[in-house]
Amino acid sequence: MASNVQVTAKGGVNAETRSSSAGYGALILGWLLPGAGHVLVKRPFRGLFLFLSITSMFVLGVAMQGKLYAPNAGEILNILGFVGDLGAGLLYIVAKALDFGHGAVQIATADYGTKFAVVAGLLNFIAAIDAHNIAIGRKS
Amino acid sequence: MTFAPSHFAAVLLFAVFASVVFGITQRSTTRAMVRYGLCCFAMFVVAVVGAGWIMWFIRR
Repeated sequence: MASNVQVTAKGGVNAETRSSSAGYGALILGWLLPGAGHVLVKRPFRGLFLFLSITSMFVLGVAMQGKLYAPNAGEILNILGFVGDLGAGLLYIVAKALDFGHGAVQIATADYGTKFAVVAGLLNFIAAIDAHNIAIGRKS
Repeated sequence: MTFAPSHFAAVLLFAVFASVVFGITQRSTTRAMVRYGLCCFAMFVVAVVGAGWIMWFIRR
């Protein structure tokens, strides 16, 4: 009897650990590449729509000559903007590496572009957390 | 590569992308996702048009 309980508890812990590692995998992959977390947890169509939406939003933001925030900014609003941009994961890293995005907003639509890029990153945070929730069974 | 949409077109694009993500992440079934996404899109557009009219009246 005691042995059975022990085995069940051990199996539960293993399953929980596996579920947890899959959850963090989906979270990190989803952050790096929009929608990839959902593909990992076998929700490919959701992943595709998320990828198209978030990537389009970020790319259009850059195409509107939006500003991409730098990591070493001193002001609190710039730091928050950087955190938002960073949410886009590899999109932000690649765009920054290729020197896309303007340092200062010069035209009216560029301000919208800046917001597009930041919001794309924030939406990707939501998507990555959603993939994590699916992986750990909190959401179907 | 430069993209310069009108202000309203920019709002519509923003609403479409944000609504898709909200729909997928905030609901579990496909039907509920579509309904919630459309609801979010409608609320984005109504809020923008409403805010535009409010600003128009303030300016007068």
